[in-house]
Amino acid sequence: MTTAAGDNARIVDLAKLSRREANTVLQSYNGTSNSTLIRVLNPAGTHALACGLDAPLAVEIDGHTGYYCAGMNKHANVAVLGNAGQGVAENMMSGRVHVHGNVSQSAAATAHGGLLVVEGNAAARCGISLKGADIVVKGNVGHMSMFMAQAGCLVILGDADEALGDSIYEAAIYVRGRVKSLGADCVEKEIADRHCDQLASLLEASGCSGIDASEFRRFGSARELYNFKQENIGVY
Amino acid sequence: MCGIVGLFLKNDQLQRDLGAMFAPMLIEMSDRGPDSAGIAIYRDSSHDANKITVATTLKDVDWDEICDQMYRSTGHQVRSMPNSSHVVLMTDACPDAIADCVAEHDPNAQVMSVGRMMEIYKEVGAPAEIVERFGIAHMKGSHAIGHTRMATESAVTTAGSHPFSTGRDMCLVHNGSLSNHNRLRDKLIRHCGVRFRTENDTEVAANYLSHSMHEGYSLHDALENSIADLDGFYTFVAGTSYGFAALRDPIACKPAVLAETEDYVAFGSEYRALAGLPDIEAARVWEPDPAVVYSWKIQ
Repeated sequence: MTTAAGDNARIVDLAKLSRREANTVLQSYNGTSNSTLIRVLNPAGTHALACGLDAPLAVEIDGHTGYYCAGMNKHANVAVLGNAGQGVAENMMSGRVHVHGNVSQSAAATAHGGLLVVEGNAAARCGISLKGADIVVKGNVGHMSMFMAQAGCLVILGDADEALGDSIYEAAIYVRGRVKSLGADCVEKEIADRHCDQLASLLEASGCSGIDASEFRRFGSARELYNFKQENIGVY
Repeated sequence: MCGIVGLFLKNDQLQRDLGAMFAPMLIEMSDRGPDSAGIAIYRDSSHDANKITVATTLKDVDWDEICDQMYRSTGHQVRSMPNSSHVVLMTDACPDAIADCVAEHDPNAQVMSVGRMMEIYKEVGAPAEIVERFGIAHMKGSHAIGHTRMATESAVTTAGSHPFSTGRDMCLVHNGSLSNHNRLRDKLIRHCGVRFRTENDTEVAANYLSHSMHEGYSLHDALENSIADLDGFYTFVAGTSYGFAALRDPIACKPAVLAETEDYVAFGSEYRALAGLPDIEAARVWEPDPAVVYSWKIQ
């Protein structure tokens, strides 16, 4: 059930619809070029909201969400006006997910494309196994963030907890605050002009004004774990 | 997977609504733990020295008559408050003497808790049915802790359900599994003289905490010490007559959400357990950090 709201937004109210019905309404635009604004009311921590979207919709969720919000997102622009539970924007392909509060662990896990912006903090394992998406966290990130990240970028305006970038591949991490410790095979790297450009464009895309790329340090893979080393044969 | 909820009231005016606020929180966590559920509720500080909650297999018995027999054998008055499969016995008599008297009538009876404020109700079955059976929604009190269980570690029984109480007015609920509980159980038995009732890992953690508190540590400090001594996955919520605390293991595998307003502190395995609380929109809602003890005391 959708009803036209006064500001041309459509309303999906979870006080009246089941999660499946709500997602069916949102997914009914899949494959279209429809850019309608849809407001989702009374999310009440419901899991798997606004998952599998595949149209340039603007979805605004009015409250806190449960697990896997906006998972597998493609093209859509999803805003959560609250906190998001585990695995927000997991396996996102494109589009944008903007969380106005904090996010729980494994944010943007395995995401291939698109941008996740978190206004607050991200818990553990942010960007785990990232495959090409970009993440901007305006607060702090928890331990083991970017574990085994393969491609894409995590920008942290605050601090990073233990074991940042453990076993990282060709993904990039930019940190403005302190890093408690780096994980295995993650090292600090120099910032070249192209990195500054990448950072500046992500800061702009995420609405961070007045913050200069020079305030950040860059971290990435030492590439020491990519190949088996013959001298370690005795271990096996 | 299990579900945990907790509600600690900071505003005494809300005490009459404790059960009504708490019951839907527990029911919301049913799909995290559909096999059994339990509730520890802190209420009505007894004028007697002891409030003993017993799970009994007796049906249609006259508890007044049994209380009279207890009076004759212990020399202390005993009042009873039967509630479905449980009965709360209030008395100045020694709890062990009361347990012995109950065992004469019901050899399968199990003491759920002993204290002055806390009552524990737990059963195998769907959380909503258990909440209804014990009339949790109508209970008043200062704080309550609940658990919905999906057993992974030991049998689905009333004794294996949470909360576990191993000390006066003390309880613990746990989501996760401990990996060093056998060694720690041995240590507590051999060196500290602790007695165990089940094979359950959470009972080991509960005994660890109650033993620490017996040694003089606060609930907060006992939990802080547990970070070094307990190995495994856990989100704990523990209660005492004066306090309420939560702790996640250093890896933080098991979920947890805290919310605080001027009136209450609420804990849920997931936010949806808290979504129906009054003024939750204005609450500070956050995910507790790994290996950090969060605790509150009654002022």
